[in-house]
This record gives sequence, C-alpha cells and structure tokens, in this order.
Amino acid sequence: MKLLRTLMAAATALAVTAFVAPSFAADDPGPAAYAKSLNGKRVMLVPLAMGFDLAQGWAHYLKKEVEAWGGTFETRDPNWVVDAGAQAITDAIASDTRPDVLIIHAPDLNSYSKLMKKAQAAGTYVLLVDNPANFPADAFVGSDWDKLGQLEAEAAIKGCGENSSKKIGLVQGDQANSSSLYQYAGIMKVLEKHPDFQVVAKPDSNWDATTSRNVTTTMLQQHPDICSIIDFWDGDATGASAAIRDAKLDGKVFLVTTGGGEKAADCDKLVDGTYGAVVMTDLARQSGDMNAVIKFLLQSGQPAGTSHTYIYTLEKATTKADLKPDSCWDLKALQAEAAAK
Amino acid sequence: MNAIGWPDWRRLNQEGIVFAIAILLFAAAALGLPGFLTADNLVAIVRSVSVLGILALGMAVVIIGRGIDLSAVAIMAMSVAWYLQLLNTGTSDGLAFVYVLAGVLAIGLLNGFLVAYADVPAIFVTLATGSFVFGYVRSQLITQDAVPVPGGHWVELLGGVRFLDIPVEVFVFAGLAFLVFLFLRYTKWGRFIYFAGDNPVAARNIGVPVRPMLVLRYVLSAFVALIAGLLTAASLHSINTRIVNSTLLYDIVLVAVIGGIGLSGGRGGVRNVLVGAALIGILLNAMTIIDIPLLYQNLIKAAILLGAIIVDGIINPRDEQTAQQGDI
Repeated sequence: MKLLRTLMAAATALAVTAFVAPSFAADDPGPAAYAKSLNGKRVMLVPLAMGFDLAQGWAHYLKKEVEAWGGTFETRDPNWVVDAGAQAITDAIASDTRPDVLIIHAPDLNSYSKLMKKAQAAGTYVLLVDNPANFPADAFVGSDWDKLGQLEAEAAIKGCGENSSKKIGLVQGDQANSSSLYQYAGIMKVLEKHPDFQVVAKPDSNWDATTSRNVTTTMLQQHPDICSIIDFWDGDATGASAAIRDAKLDGKVFLVTTGGGEKAADCDKLVDGTYGAVVMTDLARQSGDMNAVIKFLLQSGQPAGTSHTYIYTLEKATTKADLKPDSCWDLKALQAEAAAK
Repeated sequence: MNAIGWPDWRRLNQEGIVFAIAILLFAAAALGLPGFLTADNLVAIVRSVSVLGILALGMAVVIIGRGIDLSAVAIMAMSVAWYLQLLNTGTSDGLAFVYVLAGVLAIGLLNGFLVAYADVPAIFVTLATGSFVFGYVRSQLITQDAVPVPGGHWVELLGGVRFLDIPVEVFVFAGLAFLVFLFLRYTKWGRFIYFAGDNPVAARNIGVPVRPMLVLRYVLSAFVALIAGLLTAASLHSINTRIVNSTLLYDIVLVAVIGGIGLSGGRGGVRNVLVGAALIGILLNAMTIIDIPLLYQNLIKAAILLGAIIVDGIINPRDEQTAQQGDI
C-alpha cells in the first residue's frame, strides 16, 4: 500500500514536472535578476601601477567580463606612488560616479586601511587583490604568500639536489610589503623541516633589478657554492639572473622566483634557462575569481563590509620540464586583441 | 700638508673627512668581513657604483656651475626605454638611435634654455622637465614599465663585454671621469664653469659666455644620462622605468655632495665624485655582506651624510659670500 502511494506520488510529480518545465524554461527569472543587480554597476581597479604584466592582465580580463554584463570598468594608475593611489581612492569615493566595487592592490599592510573603511561606509564593496592588508575587505583574491613561499623553497631544495652545497640565498623585496614578509615566512617554514639546508644571505632588493643584481653579485662572491637563489619577484629577478650570468654560474645556481605567468617575463625565461622554477599566478583564473565575487556581492544585497572571503589562487612551481602551451598568457597578444577592437 | 709633512687640520674639508671615513670603512671591512678583500669583490664594488658615478659626473658639472639637474634619472630611464621600444617595434637601429639622441639633446637644450635665458631656477625647470619626460614617454611612447633588450642586439652584447675580467661599466666610468677631469681642469670652457659657478655676474663682466655655457652643461648632463641608461640596460638586458620613482636621484646628489661638491657652486671636481662614490660603494657592499636590511641601510647612509655635513659646517663655517648668495 505504501509502495503504491509512493509510486503514485512519483508519477504525479513526474507528470507535473513534464507539464510545467517548458514554461519554466521560457521564463527563467535568472537573467532578469542578474541584469537588474548588475546593469550599470561601476568597477574600479587601483593597482600599484598599470604598467606591469599583472595589472594589465587583470584589467584586460575584468574589462571584458564587466562590460559583458553591462557594467563599466575603470582603472587608475598610481604608478608605484602610494600617495597617488590614496588620492585616486579618495577621489573615487567622493565622486558622483562612486564605484560600486573597488579593487585594490595594496602597496603595504596599512597605507590604505582608513580609505578602504571609508569606501565601505559609503557603500562600495572593497576587494583586495594579490597583496593582503590589515583590513577586513569584502574579499581577498590572490596568492597565499606563505604557501607560495613554501612552494618556492621546495622548488629550490629540489633544484639544489641532495648532493649539493645545500646553501640557499634569498633576495627579498622589502620589509614592509606583505607579499615579501609572508613569502619569507613560508620559505622559512619549509627550511625548518630541512635543517641541512641553510640560508646564507637574505638581502633586500627593494623590488629594483639593479639593486638585486648588486646584492646577488656580492652574495655569490661571498658564497660561490650557493646552489639556489630565491628572488621574490620576476621583475627584479632579471637582476639576480644578470649577476649569476656575470659570475659564470649559469646552470650551477638554480634561480627560483614568482611572477604573473606572463610569457615574456616567465615562460620564455624558463625555456632559455634563466629561471629554474617560477611560481606563477594563473592570471585568467584569478581574474575570473574576482569577477565571480563581484557578481556575487552585487547580487547579494548585503551591505559593504559584512563579509570577509578569502579566495586563494591555485599555484604551483613551474619548471621547464612541465611547461605547457597554456602555462603562460601573452601580454603582446592581449594588447593586440585590445588594439584590434 | 705643511712643511714637516703633518696634515694641516685647518685645511681638512668634507672631501677629506669622507675620504678618511671611506678608508676606515674599507680597513674595517677588509679585516672583519671574509671575502671583502678579494679582487672580484673590489671589482664588484666599483661596478655597483659605476652607473651612479657616471650620473654623478654629469650632476657634478651642473652643480659646479651652480645648478642642479633633477631630470637626469628620468632622461636616463625614459630615453633608453624609448630606444628599446622602437627597436622592439621594428624601427631600424640607426634611425631609432638618431631619434633618441635628438630627444635627449632637445631636453638638455630645453633645460639649459629655460635656466639660462628665461631665468627660471634650475630646480623647478629640471623637476618639471623630468616629470614631463617621464609622463610623455611612459604614456605615449612605451606600453609597459619594463622594456626588454631585443635578443642579440649590441646593447645586450655590451653587457657581456669584459677586459681582464672587469665589466665594461667600470671602464666607461673611468674613461668618462678622466674626460670630465680634463675638461674641467684644462679647457678654457671647463675653467669658465668654475668662474660662472662662483660668481656669475663677475664672470659675465669679464666676458665669459655665461648663458651658452649654462645650456652646454645641461646638454652634457642629459647626454651622460643616456650613456648611464644604456649601460644599465646592457647589464640587466632590460630597462625598468620604475627606477624614476626610486631613490637614485637622491643617491646621485648624495654622491656629489658627500664628496664635497658645494651646492652653492664653484667648488669641487671629479675627485670629489670619486671619493663620494667610493664611500657609497664600500658602505653598500659591506652592509650587504653583513646582511643589514634595506631600512637600516638607508638610515646608516643618511646618518653618514648628516654627519659629514655637520662636521663640514663646523670646519668650514658659512662665510659672508655664501650668506649673500645662498645655497640651493
């Protein structure tokens, strides 16, 4: 009896579904709701500067998506000057066309905290990208720098090998930027587990290639048997690689760095042996994550500053051996695509 | 030195003090730091300050003539970035170089003209032209901050040039230092720079072509900046225009001033630049070997500069002439 009832109920349900479904398909409320929440919304990106691969890549992918869902996308270029970035954010909040979403690439842990709070108070969602800051943003999208440092250290240990000098040199960024500080912490976590490996020097480059070259030259002079160097960014690792080349230690020192996964900056240099391993950001996916969070926040109806989500980009240390055709994205191709429009 | 060969302390000046500090540091580092006193490390020290020293030579000529060129770093980075961009987009090498050289000379002429004939203070003119050069080139002529040297180009090959295992920058620095020394010491125009720097009105009264020479100095400075930029690109295989925002300009003035070239003009020479560069080179190298973080490095650099200025102020008190003319 019970079975019969269940069967009947199932049959009825099936019939109802079969009958109703076509009208559902013709009248999906999704697109209308989506358009209603997103149309005309403004998204603004304030990176450290617009003139380098990461910012140009983010801007490319974000613009494409935001404009496709009917929003407007703008960028501001502080050109590595913290004050100019602060000014841009202040102006954006105060303007008539206040952005609904502000994507900020923080220069250090604290500089923009007050401004970001102000933006949230005005009703703007704040997304932090790439660099963490001491501020509860609506979402953080980017690298887990601690984990990234661990990946680098593991790559360096592997690059050195068991029968090497086991001496590792670091070329840090600076002592204020979260990406440098957390990267360092991550590297040290791994090295603690490998007590036979030691860090013989850890100068700062201040993110400048010439400084990186000078300190690496000195480092190699002091410790010619270093088997691996971790330079904290591909932008200044060109300096470290020049020093290695000058010291005629190409192929003997395994250079590990991190980068935005741009072809000329990373993949080409893995191919020609300049870098041994690069922990690369999957930029298209990272931009996609940002866009997903933006779309979610704008539809959620929740006030700015009420959620704190962390979305870490999946990363791995890429070497020449595991390069694939799609390992990198090509800035020149993106620029050509933008110019063709 | 006096008759019996003892140093005359009354004649001790900033150059002497800084030279003494440099020697002391060198001795301390040689004794205390393993690997400091090796030929390779000494070459590395000279090399690390070569580009800085070259820029400081240009700055020295301008400062001696009582001026300052705050556009040097912008000219250095942006001219070479534009050159490489032209090469990367297919312009022929010769043509690209002619464009860039013309651009560099034009900025030098503009700087000189505005200072000499429009009587605008050098500090404002060059601050403005530096920003202009950066803004114009960055926004109109190049597409991103860092521009790579095309593979196999002579700039890339230049970076690998060695004589006796010494990199080419060192020779260029030495050669330019010698040329500037000859120019300042033995040519009529070189001597005139001191006259004009010391007392422009008097120099003009005795018939020195003060204004055309002012223009010449800024053109020279711009040209020297181009050379420094090419050497930077040669060693790194790319040029990063972000350097315009760095402390490099401060370091150039630091090298010139710490060596004893007075900002009030008319004093100093190539030797001062070499002393200043030696101190900075030894200091940075030793601090890197000891692994001192950059924050502390800047603090130490600034403290030594302050110390040298204070001691100079005590030993060489401001006189009536400086009081009347004023420093920059």
